Amino acid sequence: MKWEPLIAGTAQGETLALSAPISFWGGVDPKTGMIIDARHPERGQSIAGKILLLPGTIGSSSASAVLLELVHAGRAPAAIVMPEPDAILLLGLVVAREMGWAIPPAFKASVAQQKATGAHATLAADGAVS
Amino acid sequence: MNVDLPPHAGQAATLPQAPAFLAGLTLRAVAVQPPLMLTQEEQAIARGEKGEGSGMAMRIVAEAARLMGAPRLIPIASAHIDGALYHGDSGTLFAEALVAGGARVAVRSTLNVGALDLFGCSRQKLPPHERDMAKRMMRAYEAMGCEPSWTCAPYQAGHRPATGTDVAWGESNAVVFCNSVLGARTNRYGDFLDIACAIAGRAPDYGLHRPENRRATLLIDLSDVSPALKQAEAFYPVLGTWLGLNAGTDIAVIDGLQGFPTEDHLKALGAASASAGGVGLFHVAGVTPEAPDAATALGHKPPHRVLKPSAADLAKAHDRLSTIDAKTIDAVAIGSPHLSLDEANALEGFLAGRAVTVPFYACTGRHVIRALDETGRRQKLEAQGITFVADTCVVVTPMLPDGGGVLMTNSGKFAHYAPGNTGYAVAYGALKDCVESAVTGRLTRDESLWR
Repeated sequence: MKWEPLIAGTAQGETLALSAPISFWGGVDPKTGMIIDARHPERGQSIAGKILLLPGTIGSSSASAVLLELVHAGRAPAAIVMPEPDAILLLGLVVAREMGWAIPPAFKASVAQQKATGAHATLAADGAVS
Repeated sequence: MNVDLPPHAGQAATLPQAPAFLAGLTLRAVAVQPPLMLTQEEQAIARGEKGEGSGMAMRIVAEAARLMGAPRLIPIASAHIDGALYHGDSGTLFAEALVAGGARVAVRSTLNVGALDLFGCSRQKLPPHERDMAKRMMRAYEAMGCEPSWTCAPYQAGHRPATGTDVAWGESNAVVFCNSVLGARTNRYGDFLDIACAIAGRAPDYGLHRPENRRATLLIDLSDVSPALKQAEAFYPVLGTWLGLNAGTDIAVIDGLQGFPTEDHLKALGAASASAGGVGLFHVAGVTPEAPDAATALGHKPPHRVLKPSAADLAKAHDRLSTIDAKTIDAVAIGSPHLSLDEANALEGFLAGRAVTVPFYACTGRHVIRALDETGRRQKLEAQGITFVADTCVVVTPMLPDGGGVLMTNSGKFAHYAPGNTGYAVAYGALKDCVESAVTGRLTRDESLWR
């Protein structure tokens, strides 16, 4: 199986599949990577270092700022996987790369395609999932 | 710093997974997204030939275009920038990197709120490091040539692009107002892309920039709603909340409001719809510029969906805006979006010379503060207990009294964000009710419209 690369790179690690869409602004603590949205089912879990499987993104146009801050703080996910590219969120990675900071990759995969992964996954540069 | 072009931004870019047998075919011919084409000039700018700051901005715009499948960049007439609100040091470092690279905005650019009231009406409770970094960030955006408007209602501070022009605006209420009420064309530009577009003078050509994507697909029929409700200020944040929860990705045309909403009502409707949901454009038949009537807004095609909210549906949306059934209140906040001069006048009228007994925050822009100052009215209102907040607002930076409690507001957007961002519970009510409650400290609301 292959996922479409959105932001180039490779990743390996534990997966975290969110069961509801999330707004990064107000939903994720930019200093720690903890999910802080009181109404989110995965509240209290950390996205830092995880291959983050998103069913979708919602909300604020400051999501990119939160993601940039997570990269700067070393608390970004290992990879971001989303059903449709969200330019607002992914801009955080584009800007971090421009700043010369190491960034995680992003891939496009539907929720059904995301279910093919187990608790761990390896993502190759061409989007191959194992 | 990396000055290479993004991998797919070049002239000869191909889709990453285009199979070999497609070589030689044009991608459009097989109904695949065309690759992004940059002009020679855009490529030169992206390589840094007009300075590293401009190069960075152009590469960011080009990457956004590639991610969204835009085939090209288009010129923009203006920008409204939401990226100068401090969320952490990284955003300040980015803005300062642009300044150090010599970047200047190429088009008129107003600034949304920051984390500090630099105008000096109110005090924020940021720790010293955050205060310093927030201030550096605001100054960096000013240094790039952005106007120090510091308001989320730039459209009431003299920034009103013409109908049909392409612009790059950030901040969800400003975006929905710009598209819907002004009829200028913008996508929802997030932090960083807004300033990058302003510097590049260009934006990715996709989404709401394209006329075919602005057509309504959802018809909202308000014929069951009473005229009394349609005249009420408190109706519009509720309708916006209901719309945000029900529109999904459809663009709505609202039919049945002809002759009712003021500009401030449309502002409140849009802001609530964009915070309760992802609304970036709505039409109001007979009111907004792209909707002389519902059929025109629908492009003379049948809608995908028709919704006819009942009184009960709207009462439910109304109830959702309050998180507590309180007897007393601890503070009032109004002005999200920032108060217009008309709304400040209404506040003064409802107060009728009385003083408030709880903290009362009126968030607005310098454009309104200056107008009030001309006649000494700000000072009078401050003596009655009103705290004016310029340049920022109570849900984006810490400034409410510690300890929490019940915050009353007439803003659908404050009602949405206050519980998570401030820890206060929310009681929603009309401006008149907010003022009466603030005078006595007891929650007073006219609920008759909703029952």
